[in-house]
Amino acid sequence: MFRNVAELVELAENENIKISDIMIRQEMEITERSFDDIFAQMDRNLVVMEEAIERGINEDVKSVSGLTGGDAVLLQKYLKSGKSLAGEFHLDAVSKAIATNEVNAAMGTICATPTAGSAGVVPGTLFALKHKVNPTREQMVRYLFTSGAFGLVVANNASISGAAGGCQAEVGSATGMAAAAIVELMGGTPNQSAHAMAIALKNMLGLVCDPVAGLVEVPCVKRNAMGASNAIIAADMALAGIESRIPCDEVIDAMYKIGQSMSMDLKETAGGGLAATPTARALQAKIFGFSQEK
Amino acid sequence: MKYRTVFDIIGPIMIGPSSSHTAGAARIGRVARTLLGKQPKWAEISFYGSFAKTYKGHGTDVAIVGGLLDFDTFDQRIKNSLQIAKDLGIDIKIVVEDAVTDHPNTAKIKLGTNEQDAIELVGISIGGGKIEIIELNSFELRLSGNHPAILVVHDDRFGVIAAVSNVLAKHEINIGHMEVSRKEKGKEALMVIEVDHNVLDHLLDEVASLPNIIKVTKIHD
Repeated sequence: MFRNVAELVELAENENIKISDIMIRQEMEITERSFDDIFAQMDRNLVVMEEAIERGINEDVKSVSGLTGGDAVLLQKYLKSGKSLAGEFHLDAVSKAIATNEVNAAMGTICATPTAGSAGVVPGTLFALKHKVNPTREQMVRYLFTSGAFGLVVANNASISGAAGGCQAEVGSATGMAAAAIVELMGGTPNQSAHAMAIALKNMLGLVCDPVAGLVEVPCVKRNAMGASNAIIAADMALAGIESRIPCDEVIDAMYKIGQSMSMDLKETAGGGLAATPTARALQAKIFGFSQEK
Repeated sequence: MKYRTVFDIIGPIMIGPSSSHTAGAARIGRVARTLLGKQPKWAEISFYGSFAKTYKGHGTDVAIVGGLLDFDTFDQRIKNSLQIAKDLGIDIKIVVEDAVTDHPNTAKIKLGTNEQDAIELVGISIGGGKIEIIELNSFELRLSGNHPAILVVHDDRFGVIAAVSNVLAKHEINIGHMEVSRKEKGKEALMVIEVDHNVLDHLLDEVASLPNIIKVTKIHD
């Protein structure tokens, strides 16, 4: 069993196989299930991700609070206008990340990746890649196994919970997972995946969890957009041969320690950050009435 | 390792908006329901930490009650669980606690059909929809709900643990993890046995018929 990213990369390099191969093999050993069974379960997750994105970019999804919804549609329209400054692939990924989180905020069906609040980054980048490079279904399912392998390391050595480690643990982890998976799908090495994860996560360190009114909406939805964008840049950098000066496992450890030293107000309690701004407090009062004590 | 399988990270498939507050809460509720072994007539749910601060916006109350109704994390009925519980005549009480707990997402559920037939458990939601049950009827334990498990309430006497494991050995059931805790020497004790495969009811009956056994329940995957 791999305990950290260094071991994960070593296992893959020693046998000259992919990170996704290591993840699938370990899953088979631990759960005593067949390759087909495990692959089929991940394929079902992929179906749920695609359905959420389709809903988000086509329907006018609105959350119960009214705080979020409809932005993925706006971005898709803007994309088609041809006026965007960022590249088409980039904005497509961003809009699909937003789509997922808008559906999540509206109590729709999603696949937690690694959590619900951060569920947009991995599928957003994946389905933009589908549009751009036309991967096989197997490559797409493998993308999720590769993401999952890096996510497992973070979950076991740090945290993937905003309440425990801030948003760096949620959207930060998702961003690193996506960056690593993009690298593998684009033909990079396991080592390049690890560097992509490290570069991506380094840029998300210190990210506080400050949900307005305590809802998984503001700033969560737009943070998934930035996570998708960040993941693409980090993957491109790694594929260009750029290395992170700080090894991936040390970045993960730094993320954990930053999370531990953050104030409780900045870890999903809606006690600080954006959640404590006058506008956020006014929105909270409007949504829940003044009875919600803070 | 808290997280063992890739599906703890990519998954669960769930109703939004929060894996900790919605999917995790639903799972805590469902374990409570499973341990009671039937539909409760009443439940008192206490929220601590982040659960206490933000449960309304995340629908944590809705999700936990969904779990009490035996709904899975992706069950669309979760959204209407409070109404469904009401229609079924289940009395639900929500309590917001100020106490600071070890984990930021903690819930305590007391549930039952009457005063005698009731249990109390404390669950934590550790992220990504994964949970642990850390207390059952005032016994400390660590139960992930990821594996089938047998819970045996018994008198703290010599030979009881050996007798229970003998029954499992006879039926070729492998023990993956086991914890024994007691309130006081010689008083009531609890065995939590995680096993590799689901167990059949007749095995539970056999365990229950051993001397000094008070109650046997099981949790499946």
